[in-house]
Amino acid sequence: MSVPGQPFEELISEHGPVVMRVCRAMLGPADADDAWSETFIAALHAYPDLRPASNVRGWLVTIAHNKAIDILRRAARAPRPTADVAQRPNTESTERLDAPVDDDLRTALDRLPPKQRGAVVYRYLADMAYADVAALLDSSEAAARRSAADGIAALRTVLHRPDPKGQRP
Amino acid sequence: MNTPTISVSAHEIAARLAAAVTADEAKLAELRAGLVARAGRDGLIDVSYRTLDSPFGLLLLAASKDGLIRIAFEMERHEDVLARLAADVSPRVLAAPAPLDDAARQLDEYFAGHRRRFDLRVDLRLARGFRRAVLDHLRDIDYGTTQSYAAVAAAAGKPTAVRAAGSACSHNPVPIVVPCHRVVRSDGTIGNYLGGTAAKQTLLAMEAAA
Repeated sequence: MSVPGQPFEELISEHGPVVMRVCRAMLGPADADDAWSETFIAALHAYPDLRPASNVRGWLVTIAHNKAIDILRRAARAPRPTADVAQRPNTESTERLDAPVDDDLRTALDRLPPKQRGAVVYRYLADMAYADVAALLDSSEAAARRSAADGIAALRTVLHRPDPKGQRP
Repeated sequence: MNTPTISVSAHEIAARLAAAVTADEAKLAELRAGLVARAGRDGLIDVSYRTLDSPFGLLLLAASKDGLIRIAFEMERHEDVLARLAADVSPRVLAAPAPLDDAARQLDEYFAGHRRRFDLRVDLRLARGFRRAVLDHLRDIDYGTTQSYAAVAAAAGKPTAVRAAGSACSHNPVPIVVPCHRVVRSDGTIGNYLGGTAAKQTLLAMEAAA
Protein backbone atom coordinates (compact mmCIF):
# COMPACT_ATOMS: atom_id res chain seq x y z
CA MET A 1 0.00 0.00 0.00
CA SER A 2 1.48 3.30 -0.93
CA VAL A 3 1.47 6.16 1.52
CA PRO A 4 2.02 9.89 0.96
CA GLY A 5 5.70 10.77 0.76
CA GLN A 6 6.68 7.62 -1.13
CA PRO A 7 8.52 8.06 -4.43
CA PHE A 8 5.93 9.14 -6.99
CA GLU A 9 7.15 6.39 -9.30
CA GLU A 10 5.62 3.84 -6.93
CA LEU A 11 2.24 5.56 -7.19
CA ILE A 12 2.29 5.14 -10.95
CA SER A 13 3.12 1.43 -10.80
CA GLU A 14 0.73 0.72 -7.96
CA HIS A 15 -2.25 2.83 -8.99
CA GLY A 16 -1.74 3.46 -12.71
CA PRO A 17 -3.84 0.43 -13.68
CA VAL A 18 -6.82 1.29 -11.47
CA VAL A 19 -6.79 4.92 -12.61
CA MET A 20 -6.80 3.62 -16.19
CA ARG A 21 -9.80 1.37 -15.49
CA VAL A 22 -11.69 4.31 -14.04
CA CYS A 23 -10.81 6.55 -16.99
CA ARG A 24 -11.82 3.89 -19.50
CA ALA A 25 -15.05 3.15 -17.68
CA MET A 26 -15.99 6.84 -17.77
CA LEU A 27 -14.66 7.82 -21.21
CA GLY A 28 -13.82 6.56 -24.69
CA PRO A 29 -10.29 5.23 -25.26
CA ALA A 30 -8.56 8.37 -26.57
CA ASP A 31 -10.15 10.54 -23.90
CA ALA A 32 -9.25 7.92 -21.29
CA ASP A 33 -5.57 8.20 -22.24
CA ASP A 34 -5.74 11.98 -21.87
CA ALA A 35 -7.56 11.74 -18.56
CA TRP A 36 -4.96 9.27 -17.25
CA SER A 37 -2.07 11.59 -18.16
CA GLU A 38 -3.84 14.70 -16.85
CA THR A 39 -4.57 12.88 -13.61
CA PHE A 40 -0.96 11.96 -12.96
CA ILE A 41 0.40 15.36 -14.00
CA ALA A 42 -2.03 17.07 -11.61
CA ALA A 43 -1.14 14.56 -8.91
CA LEU A 44 2.59 15.17 -9.42
CA HIS A 45 2.00 18.92 -8.99
CA ALA A 46 0.10 18.47 -5.76
CA TYR A 47 1.91 15.42 -4.34
CA PRO A 48 4.40 17.17 -2.00
CA ASP A 49 1.44 18.84 -0.24
CA LEU A 50 -0.63 15.69 0.17
CA ARG A 51 -1.49 15.19 3.84
CA PRO A 52 0.38 12.26 5.41
CA ALA A 53 -2.79 10.40 6.42
CA SER A 54 -4.36 10.52 2.96
CA ASN A 55 -5.62 7.48 1.08
CA VAL A 56 -3.48 7.73 -2.03
CA ARG A 57 -5.67 5.60 -4.30
CA GLY A 58 -8.81 7.51 -3.29
CA TRP A 59 -7.00 10.77 -3.91
CA LEU A 60 -5.90 9.68 -7.40
CA VAL A 61 -9.36 8.36 -8.30
CA THR A 62 -10.88 11.65 -7.17
CA ILE A 63 -8.52 13.55 -9.47
CA ALA A 64 -9.36 11.14 -12.30
CA HIS A 65 -13.09 11.64 -11.63
CA ASN A 66 -12.67 15.41 -11.92
CA LYS A 67 -10.61 15.11 -15.10
CA ALA A 68 -13.22 12.82 -16.63
CA ILE A 69 -15.97 15.32 -15.75
CA ASP A 70 -13.92 18.13 -17.35
CA ILE A 71 -13.49 16.10 -20.51
CA LEU A 72 -17.18 15.15 -20.65
CA ARG A 73 -18.18 18.79 -20.18
CA ARG A 74 -15.82 19.94 -22.91
CA ALA A 75 -17.22 17.26 -25.21
CA ALA A 76 -20.78 18.27 -24.34
CA ARG A 77 -20.04 21.89 -25.25
CA ALA A 78 -18.32 20.99 -28.50
CA PRO A 79 -20.83 20.87 -31.37
CA ARG A 80 -19.90 17.41 -32.52
CA PRO A 81 -22.32 15.03 -34.17
CA THR A 82 -21.16 12.25 -31.86
CA ALA A 83 -23.22 13.65 -29.04
CA ASP A 84 -22.89 10.48 -27.06
CA VAL A 85 -19.92 11.68 -25.04
CA ALA A 86 -19.43 8.35 -23.40
CA GLN A 87 -18.49 6.67 -26.63
CA ARG A 88 -18.16 2.97 -26.82
CA PRO A 89 -14.63 1.73 -27.06
CA ASN A 90 -13.56 2.13 -30.62
CA THR A 91 -12.78 -1.24 -32.11
CA GLU A 92 -10.36 0.42 -34.51
CA SER A 93 -8.23 1.44 -31.56
CA THR A 94 -4.69 0.10 -31.69
CA GLU A 95 -5.44 -1.94 -28.65
CA ARG A 96 -7.76 -4.89 -28.46
CA LEU A 97 -10.37 -4.52 -25.78
CA ASP A 98 -11.74 -7.59 -24.21
CA ALA A 99 -14.13 -10.35 -25.18
CA PRO A 100 -17.00 -9.48 -27.52
CA VAL A 101 -19.68 -10.62 -25.09
CA ASP A 102 -18.65 -7.85 -22.72
CA ASP A 103 -19.18 -5.16 -25.33
CA ASP A 104 -22.83 -5.41 -24.28
CA LEU A 105 -21.89 -4.94 -20.68
CA ARG A 106 -19.73 -2.00 -21.58
CA THR A 107 -22.52 -0.38 -23.60
CA ALA A 108 -24.93 -0.97 -20.75
CA LEU A 109 -22.50 0.75 -18.38
CA ASP A 110 -22.30 3.76 -20.71
CA ARG A 111 -26.09 3.98 -20.71
CA LEU A 112 -26.53 3.99 -16.95
CA PRO A 113 -27.62 7.27 -15.36
CA PRO A 114 -24.46 9.18 -14.29
CA LYS A 115 -24.78 8.48 -10.55
CA GLN A 116 -25.35 4.76 -11.07
CA ARG A 117 -22.45 4.58 -13.47
CA GLY A 118 -20.22 6.50 -11.10
CA ALA A 119 -21.26 4.38 -8.14
CA VAL A 120 -20.55 1.13 -10.02
CA VAL A 121 -17.19 2.38 -11.31
CA TYR A 122 -15.90 3.82 -8.03
CA ARG A 123 -17.23 1.06 -5.82
CA TYR A 124 -16.53 -1.96 -8.00
CA LEU A 125 -13.70 -0.93 -10.32
CA ALA A 126 -11.80 1.40 -7.97
CA ASP A 127 -12.74 -0.54 -4.82
CA MET A 128 -13.54 2.63 -2.89
CA ALA A 129 -15.53 2.74 0.35
CA TYR A 130 -19.14 3.93 -0.05
CA ALA A 131 -18.35 7.01 2.06
CA ASP A 132 -15.75 8.06 -0.53
CA VAL A 133 -17.99 7.12 -3.44
CA ALA A 134 -20.72 9.30 -1.90
CA ALA A 135 -18.33 12.23 -1.59
CA LEU A 136 -17.33 11.91 -5.25
CA LEU A 137 -20.92 11.72 -6.43
CA ASP A 138 -22.08 14.45 -4.07
CA SER A 139 -24.73 12.23 -2.54
CA SER A 140 -25.32 10.49 0.76
CA GLU A 141 -23.70 7.17 1.55
CA ALA A 142 -27.11 5.46 1.49
CA ALA A 143 -27.84 6.98 -1.92
CA ALA A 144 -24.44 5.83 -3.20
CA ARG A 145 -25.21 2.29 -2.06
CA ARG A 146 -28.59 2.41 -3.78
CA SER A 147 -27.04 3.78 -6.97
CA ALA A 148 -24.45 1.01 -7.02
CA ALA A 149 -27.08 -1.65 -6.38
CA ASP A 150 -29.41 -0.23 -9.05
CA GLY A 151 -26.53 0.02 -11.48
CA ILE A 152 -25.46 -3.58 -10.91
CA ALA A 153 -29.07 -4.72 -11.25
CA ALA A 154 -29.35 -2.92 -14.59
CA LEU A 155 -26.11 -4.50 -15.81
CA ARG A 156 -27.34 -7.91 -14.67
CA THR A 157 -30.36 -7.67 -16.98
CA VAL A 158 -27.97 -7.36 -19.92
CA LEU A 159 -26.31 -10.59 -18.93
CA HIS A 160 -29.67 -12.29 -18.48
CA ARG A 161 -31.20 -11.08 -21.70
CA PRO A 162 -32.61 -14.12 -23.45
CA ASP A 163 -30.69 -15.34 -26.42
CA PRO A 164 -32.65 -14.19 -29.51
CA LYS A 165 -31.99 -17.53 -31.21
CA GLY A 166 -33.59 -19.59 -28.52
CA GLN A 167 -33.64 -20.45 -24.87
CA ARG A 168 -30.65 -20.37 -22.66
CA PRO A 169 -29.72 -23.52 -20.81
CA MET B 1 -44.17 -19.88 -13.69
CA ASN B 2 -41.07 -17.68 -13.83
CA THR B 3 -38.21 -18.65 -16.04
CA PRO B 4 -35.42 -19.84 -13.79
CA THR B 5 -32.40 -17.54 -14.09
CA ILE B 6 -28.84 -18.11 -13.03
CA SER B 7 -28.07 -15.05 -10.96
CA VAL B 8 -24.79 -13.35 -11.74
CA SER B 9 -23.14 -11.92 -8.65
CA ALA B 10 -22.17 -8.27 -8.40
CA HIS B 11 -18.57 -9.36 -8.13
CA GLU B 12 -18.72 -11.35 -11.31
CA ILE B 13 -20.23 -8.38 -13.12
CA ALA B 14 -17.48 -6.20 -11.64
CA ALA B 15 -14.82 -8.66 -12.77
CA ARG B 16 -16.19 -8.71 -16.31
CA LEU B 17 -16.40 -4.93 -16.41
CA ALA B 18 -12.85 -4.69 -15.10
CA ALA B 19 -11.65 -7.04 -17.81
CA ALA B 20 -13.33 -4.86 -20.43
CA VAL B 21 -11.61 -1.67 -19.24
CA THR B 22 -8.22 -2.96 -18.14
CA ALA B 23 -5.26 -1.66 -20.12
CA ASP B 24 -2.43 -3.99 -21.05
CA GLU B 25 1.15 -3.48 -19.85
CA ALA B 26 2.32 -2.04 -23.15
CA LYS B 27 -0.38 0.63 -23.10
CA LEU B 28 0.43 1.60 -19.53
CA ALA B 29 4.15 1.72 -20.33
CA GLU B 30 3.45 3.99 -23.29
CA LEU B 31 1.34 6.34 -21.16
CA ARG B 32 3.94 6.31 -18.39
CA ALA B 33 6.71 7.25 -20.84
CA GLY B 34 4.60 10.14 -22.13
CA LEU B 35 3.94 11.26 -18.58
CA VAL B 36 7.64 11.23 -17.65
CA ALA B 37 8.57 13.21 -20.78
CA ARG B 38 5.93 15.81 -20.02
CA ALA B 39 6.82 15.99 -16.32
CA GLY B 40 10.43 16.60 -17.34
CA ARG B 41 9.45 19.40 -19.73
CA ASP B 42 7.25 20.98 -17.04
CA GLY B 43 10.04 20.83 -14.44
CA LEU B 44 8.00 18.52 -12.21
CA ILE B 45 10.70 15.93 -11.57
CA ASP B 46 12.72 16.76 -8.46
CA VAL B 47 14.65 13.48 -8.40
CA SER B 48 15.20 11.38 -11.52
CA TYR B 49 16.84 8.00 -11.40
CA ARG B 50 18.01 5.05 -13.44
CA THR B 51 20.14 1.98 -12.89
CA LEU B 52 23.46 1.08 -14.46
CA ASP B 53 25.18 -2.27 -14.81
CA SER B 54 28.62 -2.15 -13.26
CA PRO B 55 31.38 -4.54 -12.22
CA PHE B 56 29.81 -4.33 -8.75
CA GLY B 57 26.29 -5.18 -9.76
CA LEU B 58 23.44 -2.84 -10.49
CA LEU B 59 24.12 0.75 -9.42
CA LEU B 60 21.32 3.21 -8.74
CA LEU B 61 22.03 6.70 -10.10
CA ALA B 62 19.86 9.58 -8.94
CA ALA B 63 19.99 13.27 -9.83
CA SER B 64 18.32 16.39 -8.49
CA LYS B 65 17.93 19.47 -10.66
CA ASP B 66 21.37 20.51 -9.33
CA GLY B 67 23.26 17.39 -10.32
CA LEU B 68 24.13 13.85 -9.34
CA ILE B 69 22.83 13.43 -5.80
CA ARG B 70 23.16 9.71 -5.12
CA ILE B 71 24.91 6.59 -6.32
CA ALA B 72 23.87 3.44 -4.48
CA PHE B 73 25.19 -0.11 -4.51
CA GLU B 74 22.80 -3.02 -4.62
CA MET B 75 23.52 -3.95 -1.01
CA GLU B 76 22.11 -0.59 0.08
CA ARG B 77 18.73 -1.72 -1.33
CA HIS B 78 17.68 0.68 -4.07
CA GLU B 79 14.09 0.77 -2.87
CA ASP B 80 15.18 2.05 0.53
CA VAL B 81 17.51 4.57 -1.06
CA LEU B 82 14.68 5.97 -3.21
CA ALA B 83 12.40 6.17 -0.17
CA ARG B 84 15.09 8.16 1.67
CA LEU B 85 15.51 10.50 -1.30
CA ALA B 86 11.74 11.03 -1.35
CA ALA B 87 11.86 11.94 2.35
CA ASP B 88 15.06 14.03 2.26
CA VAL B 89 14.75 15.81 -1.09
CA SER B 90 11.24 15.55 -2.56
CA PRO B 91 8.67 12.81 -3.17
CA ARG B 92 8.56 13.84 -6.85
CA VAL B 93 10.85 10.93 -7.68
CA LEU B 94 10.56 9.39 -11.14
CA ALA B 95 12.42 6.76 -13.12
CA ALA B 96 13.68 9.08 -15.84
CA PRO B 97 16.95 7.97 -17.44
CA ALA B 98 17.65 10.92 -19.73
CA PRO B 99 19.02 13.34 -17.09
CA LEU B 100 21.46 10.61 -16.04
CA ASP B 101 22.65 9.45 -19.43
CA ASP B 102 25.82 11.54 -19.21
CA ALA B 103 26.68 10.21 -15.74
CA ALA B 104 26.03 6.65 -16.90
CA ARG B 105 28.28 7.10 -19.94
CA GLN B 106 31.13 8.56 -17.86
CA LEU B 107 30.85 5.77 -15.31
CA ASP B 108 30.94 3.19 -18.10
CA GLU B 109 34.11 4.81 -19.43
CA TYR B 110 35.62 4.86 -15.93
CA PHE B 111 34.89 1.15 -15.37
CA ALA B 112 36.46 0.39 -18.74
CA GLY B 113 39.63 2.23 -17.63
CA HIS B 114 39.15 5.00 -20.19
CA ARG B 115 38.30 7.84 -17.83
CA ARG B 116 40.29 9.26 -14.93
CA ARG B 117 38.17 12.29 -13.99
CA PHE B 118 34.43 12.81 -13.88
CA ASP B 119 33.08 15.91 -15.48
CA LEU B 120 29.69 15.97 -13.78
CA ARG B 121 27.65 18.35 -11.67
CA VAL B 122 27.34 16.84 -8.20
CA ASP B 123 24.73 17.81 -5.60
CA LEU B 124 26.15 17.16 -2.12
CA ARG B 125 23.21 18.58 -0.17
CA LEU B 126 22.74 15.26 1.62
CA ALA B 127 26.04 15.80 3.47
CA ARG B 128 26.36 18.70 5.90
CA GLY B 129 29.04 20.40 7.98
CA PHE B 130 32.29 18.52 8.40
CA ARG B 131 31.05 15.61 6.28
CA ARG B 132 30.49 17.99 3.45
CA ALA B 133 34.00 19.48 3.92
CA VAL B 134 35.44 15.96 3.73
CA LEU B 135 33.58 15.15 0.53
CA ASP B 136 34.65 18.43 -1.06
CA HIS B 137 38.25 17.51 -0.30
CA LEU B 138 37.88 13.94 -1.65
CA ARG B 139 37.27 15.30 -5.10
CA ASP B 140 40.88 16.59 -5.08
CA ILE B 141 42.42 13.14 -4.52
CA ASP B 142 43.76 12.10 -7.89
CA TYR B 143 43.00 8.92 -9.76
CA GLY B 144 45.36 6.11 -8.82
CA THR B 145 46.46 7.70 -5.54
CA THR B 146 45.32 7.20 -1.94
CA GLN B 147 45.22 9.24 1.23
CA SER B 148 44.88 8.25 4.88
CA TYR B 149 41.81 9.09 6.94
CA ALA B 150 44.09 11.26 9.10
CA ALA B 151 45.31 13.23 6.09
CA VAL B 152 41.73 13.70 4.91
CA ALA B 153 40.63 14.91 8.36
CA ALA B 154 43.45 17.43 8.35
CA ALA B 155 42.72 18.60 4.82
CA ALA B 156 39.06 19.09 5.76
CA GLY B 157 40.11 21.34 8.64
CA LYS B 158 39.94 19.05 11.69
CA PRO B 159 43.18 17.09 12.08
CA THR B 160 41.91 15.26 15.18
CA ALA B 161 38.57 14.23 13.65
CA VAL B 162 39.92 11.07 12.04
CA ARG B 163 36.97 8.94 13.05
CA ALA B 164 34.52 11.59 11.78
CA ALA B 165 36.40 11.66 8.49
CA GLY B 166 35.89 7.90 8.22
CA SER B 167 32.22 8.35 8.98
CA ALA B 168 31.92 11.02 6.28
CA CYS B 169 33.44 8.57 3.78
CA SER B 170 31.11 5.75 4.81
CA HIS B 171 28.12 8.07 4.35
CA ASN B 172 29.29 9.42 1.01
CA PRO B 173 26.09 9.82 -1.05
CA VAL B 174 27.97 9.78 -4.35
CA PRO B 175 30.62 7.05 -4.12
CA ILE B 176 32.95 6.38 -7.07
CA VAL B 177 32.39 9.88 -8.51
CA VAL B 178 33.37 11.37 -5.15
CA PRO B 179 36.25 8.95 -4.61
CA CYS B 180 35.98 7.86 -1.00
CA HIS B 181 37.52 4.55 -2.12
CA ARG B 182 40.85 6.41 -2.34
CA VAL B 183 40.92 6.89 1.42
CA VAL B 184 42.68 4.08 3.33
CA ARG B 185 43.91 3.45 6.85
CA SER B 186 47.27 4.82 8.00
CA ASP B 187 48.47 1.27 8.68
CA GLY B 188 48.01 0.48 5.00
CA THR B 189 44.93 -1.72 5.39
CA ILE B 190 42.10 -0.88 3.14
CA GLY B 191 39.27 0.19 5.48
CA ASN B 192 35.55 -0.23 5.04
CA TYR B 193 33.48 0.65 2.02
CA LEU B 194 29.78 1.16 1.31
CA GLY B 195 29.92 -1.21 -1.60
CA GLY B 196 31.93 -3.79 0.35
CA THR B 197 35.68 -4.12 0.86
CA ALA B 198 36.02 -6.23 -2.28
CA ALA B 199 34.60 -3.42 -4.41
CA LYS B 200 37.04 -0.96 -2.86
CA GLN B 201 39.94 -3.31 -3.56
CA THR B 202 38.81 -3.76 -7.16
CA LEU B 203 38.53 -0.02 -7.73
CA LEU B 204 41.99 0.66 -6.25
CA ALA B 205 43.57 -2.18 -8.22
CA MET B 206 41.91 -0.97 -11.43
CA GLU B 207 43.16 2.58 -10.91
CA ALA B 208 46.66 1.39 -10.02
CA ALA B 209 46.83 -0.69 -13.21
CA ALA B 210 45.51 1.97 -15.58
